[in-house]
Amino acid sequence: MEILHKVPRIRFMAQRKICYVISALIVVGSLAAEAVNGLNLAVDFTGGVVVEASFSGTADLDRTRAALHSAGYSEVQVQNFGSSRDVLVRLPPLGANESANTLTQKISAALGSVDSSVQLRRTEVVGPQVGKELMVKGATALGITALLILLYIAVRFRWKFGIGAVLATLHDPFVVVGVFAITGMTFDLTVLAAVLAVIGYSINETVVVFDRVRELFPQMRKSEPLEVFDRAINETLSRTLITKFATLIVVVALYAFGGEALRGFGLALIVGILAVTYSSIWIASGVALDLGSSHRDLMPSERRAPVDDLP
Amino acid sequence: MNRYPLWKSLLFAGVMVLALLLALPNVFGEAPALQLSRKDGELFKGADGAQSFLDLLAKEHIVPDTSYVQDGRVVLRFTDVPTQLKARDLIEASQPGAYAIATTFASRAPAWVRAVGLKPMSLGLDLRGGIYLVYQVDVDGAVKQTLQRLERDYRLALREKRIQYESVEGGPGGVVVTLKEAARVEDARAALAAVDPNVTLAVSDLTIRATLSEQQVRQRQDFAIQQNITALGNRVNALGVSEASVQRQGANRIAVQLPGVQDASEVIRLLGKTATLEFRLVDQTGNPVEAQQTGHAPLGTKLYKERRTGRPVLLKREVIVSGEQLTDATSTFQQGEPAVSIRLDARGGDEMLRTTRENVGKPMAVVFIERERQLREQNGEKVAVDVTREEVINVATIRGVFSNQFQITGLTSREGQELAKLLRAGALAAPVFIVEQRLIGPGLGQDNIDKGVRALVIGSVLLFVFMAVYYSAFGLVANFVLICNVVLLTACLSLFGAALTLPGIAGIMLTVGMAVDANILIYERIREELRNKSTPHAAIKAGFEKAFSAILDANVTTFIAGVVLFLFGTGPIKGFAVVLSLGIGTTLFTALMGSRTVIGLVWGRRAAIQRLPV
Repeated sequence: MEILHKVPRIRFMAQRKICYVISALIVVGSLAAEAVNGLNLAVDFTGGVVVEASFSGTADLDRTRAALHSAGYSEVQVQNFGSSRDVLVRLPPLGANESANTLTQKISAALGSVDSSVQLRRTEVVGPQVGKELMVKGATALGITALLILLYIAVRFRWKFGIGAVLATLHDPFVVVGVFAITGMTFDLTVLAAVLAVIGYSINETVVVFDRVRELFPQMRKSEPLEVFDRAINETLSRTLITKFATLIVVVALYAFGGEALRGFGLALIVGILAVTYSSIWIASGVALDLGSSHRDLMPSERRAPVDDLP
Repeated sequence: MNRYPLWKSLLFAGVMVLALLLALPNVFGEAPALQLSRKDGELFKGADGAQSFLDLLAKEHIVPDTSYVQDGRVVLRFTDVPTQLKARDLIEASQPGAYAIATTFASRAPAWVRAVGLKPMSLGLDLRGGIYLVYQVDVDGAVKQTLQRLERDYRLALREKRIQYESVEGGPGGVVVTLKEAARVEDARAALAAVDPNVTLAVSDLTIRATLSEQQVRQRQDFAIQQNITALGNRVNALGVSEASVQRQGANRIAVQLPGVQDASEVIRLLGKTATLEFRLVDQTGNPVEAQQTGHAPLGTKLYKERRTGRPVLLKREVIVSGEQLTDATSTFQQGEPAVSIRLDARGGDEMLRTTRENVGKPMAVVFIERERQLREQNGEKVAVDVTREEVINVATIRGVFSNQFQITGLTSREGQELAKLLRAGALAAPVFIVEQRLIGPGLGQDNIDKGVRALVIGSVLLFVFMAVYYSAFGLVANFVLICNVVLLTACLSLFGAALTLPGIAGIMLTVGMAVDANILIYERIREELRNKSTPHAAIKAGFEKAFSAILDANVTTFIAGVVLFLFGTGPIKGFAVVLSLGIGTTLFTALMGSRTVIGLVWGRRAAIQRLPV
């Protein structure tokens, strides 16, 4: 079976300027959504308390809320989690003179007054200082990853390619985070891991196209760089679509069947993969082209000794 | 002809055989088990270690599926949970408090698998259920304690030398002493220097400013963390939880993982208990054996038991020095012999000096005091009882006069380490507080496993079908290689003893999803070559060669992301990063070597192929 029997001749690079605008809008839109809606950050980042409880029948959210109110917790969020029997309770970080231990007992008692056979499936108490550190660490990780990847691409290709790759790569997390801001889904530690995985994946994609550009430049001495980029994208298009489809199969399975705990992770990767497909074609290659990548940039590297550790 | 070098094919086959062996223990699953360790710290040894328990259980017609001794603990595996719990109660009732009995799970793998040291991946807390605690050690508080102690010792020293002072005040980073008479400033300086010669003293007019050096501050902070790790480690061991871990996390945190444990409040109280120490003189006039038999200690003495031997010892009632006055305890070597080096604060040093001056040649004992909560059966009900355990952990002869620094010798190296550990655990503890607490119920853990595995199976099957349809026979090769990849990844994780977490399962899935890319890159290249009228053999060769650089670059960059995640992540993120990074290694190996080997085997031998099933 084949979806593209012949190499298509789509003029991708002609549309790159429009895509710059689209991408700028996406980044601005994502920032705006984060500013307006705010990210629904999990206790991992904000600090606070999460209790997952399983009731014997359909959970009465209003009564649960009332029970927690009368136990002295006014700022409490109660929502269904996965099924109508499962409930997620969220509280702000603990006061200075309250211990995690007594709090768990009080919540357990409050929930027990609603349904005596309630089961606490999970209790997480995270101090605010832990959350703040995680935020800083996450941001640092993002920055260092981008820098190292820029370096690697600059060494393996040229710095113009490196900048294209990094811009495309930094663009993708904005899309993912924007979707989380708009849908209001919880952004927790596993979602952060997914965002970082998307970064790795984004680079992965960009490199495949760049690798083909590097290969085509010596063969197409007479052609304009734009044509070389277009040809490279077209030649790898079949592989791009097949790979994306294959990876999406797996990630959608995670989203649909992995349970509540993996749903955010799955969604982040689905959105990420779609964003990556777009950015690796238009943004990464477009930027590398507009920075003036030409035959001269890649010719010398081709004359190096052939890689001798072939399989 | 298109044959892959034989040695490479053999290497691939060899690695896969090894991987299958390493991954094998994961196939058998787990069954409920009991893990027994002796509370006195002694280890079970040999095959007969478990025999007494087997005999005990046999009386009630309980026969464990298997029993063995591992790392000094007896493991008894049962068919079901009711039998396991019944056995636990029987063993506890036979000798209450003698054993730490952990209800846990043990691998169902046959004995030979265990004998060659193969172990399955352990399950993380999110899959097994359990308690995760992060303690923050108040290192500043620890330094403050040191300053308060210094302040107190300075007052004492000045009073002893009859030097009048206006005030002795602790401030940030030091202590300020203000004197009354200018004539005695130099005397005062000498007196303060004698308290602790390592503290920097600066004199100006009537004030002496004492500051801790940066190194002293760091030492004190490190000691505070080490001490808390030791103390938490001791108490976690006493809980008898298998696969429990106590680890330093970052500069001033300690993470404690207790898989399978459910009673959070009980555990937190147990871990929060403080132990202490007392140095006392041994009473040599009374008869300890007689005292033990009659239950009456002679006047002015108290009866103790020695921790290791269980022998009775009579100690004098007066306490020379207590744990609060201990500032450091490390195991070292003194003239080539193992020793424990001990430091006391000034007040403790004074007391020690006075005592040793009068008692050279006599034995002195160290008593370790720990309060523990035990469950006791009372009228058919389980009641929690606070039990104070007081044990003599060391008896040594006073060889000379000493004050705040001395050594205990005559121990084996291991005993020395153990004693230093216990001494640290009994020293005045730096304050700790819990900054993170996660409790995952066993039901949720099982749920997570079921759903994670379900997603993995559904995703993989759909992917396999797609690959087989799209690339026909070559697709099947890709599927085989993907399975090899997962086996190899499982083998690596088992080998490194990594714990499998839910993000870890997601990492395995992502690896599968991305590993297929390497095969697709190769196959698309082969198709391109075929379209350009290459012969099938040339197409295979060119396909692999031309796809190589793209596969390598793409995977190295993802690897970078994985390593950064590992360095910055904690807990579940680290697990994900490990799987992602290892997965890239296994992907490169299986996709390049594995695919080539299989394709070479199937299609490489035929001289002429008309069409490639790609």
